[in-house]
Amino acid sequence: MVESAAVTASLAPARPLGALAAASRVLPAARLTALGDAARLVFRGREAAIGPAGEAFGVALPREACRFNAGNGRFAFWLGPDEWLLLAPGAEPAPLFAAIEAATAGLPHSLVDVSARSVGIELAGDKAAFVLNQGNPLDLSLDAFPVGMCTRTVFHKAEIVLVRHAPDVFHIDVWRSFAPYVWELLEDARRELA
Amino acid sequence: MLIITCPWCGARPEVEFRYGGEAHIARPADPSALTDAEWADFLYNRTNPKGLHAERWRHIHGCGRYFNALRDTVSDFFVTTYKAGEKRPDIDASSGGSK
Repeated sequence: MVESAAVTASLAPARPLGALAAASRVLPAARLTALGDAARLVFRGREAAIGPAGEAFGVALPREACRFNAGNGRFAFWLGPDEWLLLAPGAEPAPLFAAIEAATAGLPHSLVDVSARSVGIELAGDKAAFVLNQGNPLDLSLDAFPVGMCTRTVFHKAEIVLVRHAPDVFHIDVWRSFAPYVWELLEDARRELA
Repeated sequence: MLIITCPWCGARPEVEFRYGGEAHIARPADPSALTDAEWADFLYNRTNPKGLHAERWRHIHGCGRYFNALRDTVSDFFVTTYKAGEKRPDIDASSGGSK
């Protein structure tokens, strides 16, 4: 008979960046960090449901294109004119999901728990934008990509959500099967700096 | 790299976009009333102009939305882009299409 603890352990969520992050070199000009678990919900809805969803989440959903709102350690990222990614680091998705569903009951919308779909990477340092531009064609100057901007875009062949928290702090959200690919290409770009 | 202006997100590199065929082609309201020739015309025949072409594009690695663009098929220059559902802007081929 199999030990029950061993069975549970084998079912623990895979961490696609665990080994890569452990072997990563420290480089102050472009620090690379694998972020921890977070609740991620994708909300899509018509006009009437947008306000209540933001209230239930605790952060109003931004109506301006490619911008995000933050509060209480939570983030609401604009992904499209009727589409938002709601991110709550360290939170359990189920209570959030239930709260937003309750607030938007009867209003046309879709809410999907995608917590396990992607993983977060933080890239910070003076050369963060330079490193990102090795695989991303966007203009990352502060005029074109200011603090508070977020967007879906590409990094080499992988689709990412790119967020600028500070002039030299970027957050990348990438689908988990693409995470090692993105991480290793970021490492490759960083190699030029040290 | 070609820069395409998404009506929602602004100027973006072309790798974020996918082509979606000719724009402003409405599906016939009552397909069963059409002859085979008319149905084939709707399905397959496109204008294929030399010059300004109204076409659908999707900002697939961005906001995900479809929109329409007027592109010069000779120079590959995007004259303008506009949201899906809006009328084709009244621009003729001589107004800057051959940059």
